[in-house]
Amino acid sequence: MRWGLALGLAFLYAPILLLVAYAFSGGPTPFEWGGFSLRWFAALAADERILEAAWLSLRIAAGAATLGTVLGALAGYALARLGRFPGRGAFGALLGTPLVLPDIVTGLSLLLFLVAVQAGLQGVFGWAPARGAATLLLAHATIGAAYAAVVVQGRLAGMEAALEEAARDLGAGPGTAFLTVTLPLLAPALAAAWLLGFTLSLDDVVVASFVSGPDATTLPMVLFSALRLGLTPEVNALAAVLLAALGGGLGMAALILDRLARVEGAPHGG
Amino acid sequence: MRRFRALVLLPPALWLVLFVAVPLLVVLGIALSSPGEGMPPFDPPLSREAGAWAWRGTAGNFAALAEDPFYGLAFLRSLRVAGLTAGLCLLLAYPMALAIAAAPPRRRPLLLLAVLLPFWTGLLLRLAAWIGLLRDSGWVNGVLLALGLTEEPLRLLYSEPAMLLGMTHAYLPFAVLPLYATLARRDPALEEAAADLGASRWTVFRTVTLPLSAPGAAAAFLLVFIPAAGEFVIPELLGPPEAQLVGRVLWTEFFTIRDWPRAAALAVALLALLILPVALFQRLEERR
Repeated sequence: MRWGLALGLAFLYAPILLLVAYAFSGGPTPFEWGGFSLRWFAALAADERILEAAWLSLRIAAGAATLGTVLGALAGYALARLGRFPGRGAFGALLGTPLVLPDIVTGLSLLLFLVAVQAGLQGVFGWAPARGAATLLLAHATIGAAYAAVVVQGRLAGMEAALEEAARDLGAGPGTAFLTVTLPLLAPALAAAWLLGFTLSLDDVVVASFVSGPDATTLPMVLFSALRLGLTPEVNALAAVLLAALGGGLGMAALILDRLARVEGAPHGG
Repeated sequence: MRRFRALVLLPPALWLVLFVAVPLLVVLGIALSSPGEGMPPFDPPLSREAGAWAWRGTAGNFAALAEDPFYGLAFLRSLRVAGLTAGLCLLLAYPMALAIAAAPPRRRPLLLLAVLLPFWTGLLLRLAAWIGLLRDSGWVNGVLLALGLTEEPLRLLYSEPAMLLGMTHAYLPFAVLPLYATLARRDPALEEAAADLGASRWTVFRTVTLPLSAPGAAAAFLLVFIPAAGEFVIPELLGPPEAQLVGRVLWTEFFTIRDWPRAAALAVALLALLILPVALFQRLEERR
């Protein structure tokens, strides 16, 4: 059994670690050792197109993660705490749909919808906004909201409603109880949901290829078209940078979550 | 309280209707329309003519999917590749989940994190790694040549095994989680009883552990199968050109051929195909 786990983990990690190691090779071909060098990182730092795409991707991912977390938190709270409400079944089904839709169907459906909206606006106002970063943000927020709702609903299901009820008994309105009791208790789940939304957005190439416009090329789109032609040392270096950034971000998130968990687990006295 | 409920419910509900339900209805509408010359390149199925609504929809796109064996083959290929990927993931994930469930409880979260972490590194980066490993002048060929196992570089990249390798690598974490959840919850007394009654380790595994973990294994299989069936990026970057799976066919139909109604019909057919596995998965989840 042990060897099975070791083998599985080796299979998962070996390719990634080799990719990072070879990013420091100075040779002209990726995955062929040409002596230690940082030249490909330098080449990367001078590549305007990649830097611009990276900056755009980060902004879209942050915006989509924020919007998606807000929407998903509301939806998850509704499912976990509001009990029966008209249309609950349909609400849950629609919320789960982005989780099971293949990317390619999500992308196609959102694009066809956006085209219809644009045509409608064009017909009524004689003008319609172009597709681009904004439409991609809306698409990623929709996907992020579905994942955020799962995280938040799961957290609320494992958390007793007693504290919220106590606040209500002491005279807090539902809004006050939500803002001062539920929301702080949800903080770790919200952080996790935001990170999930951010990562999903930063990793998406299919939905982006559909709903983005000609002026908004994200980093995954650049990476995908480069990889279609094969691997270059520059892409290799880019992969190492992205991994370092992700590792740093995840490490920080883990620290925050750990801190939060400790504060929460601390004895409340009495 | 009413106002509070409305405040919580309305934003996500409106959002979901606008950005999930309506787009899917639009896809269905366009799947029922015929291709046209203008932009967008189709004639809407429902149009206003001389002050009245006229239905001009057609089932022609679906008929074409059924008649042209190219599409049928694409669906069969997708099902096969998704099934193979899910099977490979299950085979690899089972011993991993078993080992994590057998580890001391203190170490389990760390081991689970180790399994999940690669998922967070991004799909494109992992595919870049596989391209580097498998290409003609890549690392694997280098090792094979150095060991004298082959005279000249093998064509590893852009093949079906490369594609399956990439898909298994991408989806393996999905298979470990549900398997681990089932295995960690099993009652060790059952296996101990079987062993006390004289069953060999293999018999205990075959007659007790394996049947107990069946729901988790089924969930793991489906959790990989569902996204794998519509996968586009991995076959495109690692697979052979002839591996025309549904995702790639849809992409070509839309971006290259610009037949939007046909692409929409493919999307509808793909969803119809996924309804059964998704329903099965939900059944399994509810029973837990």
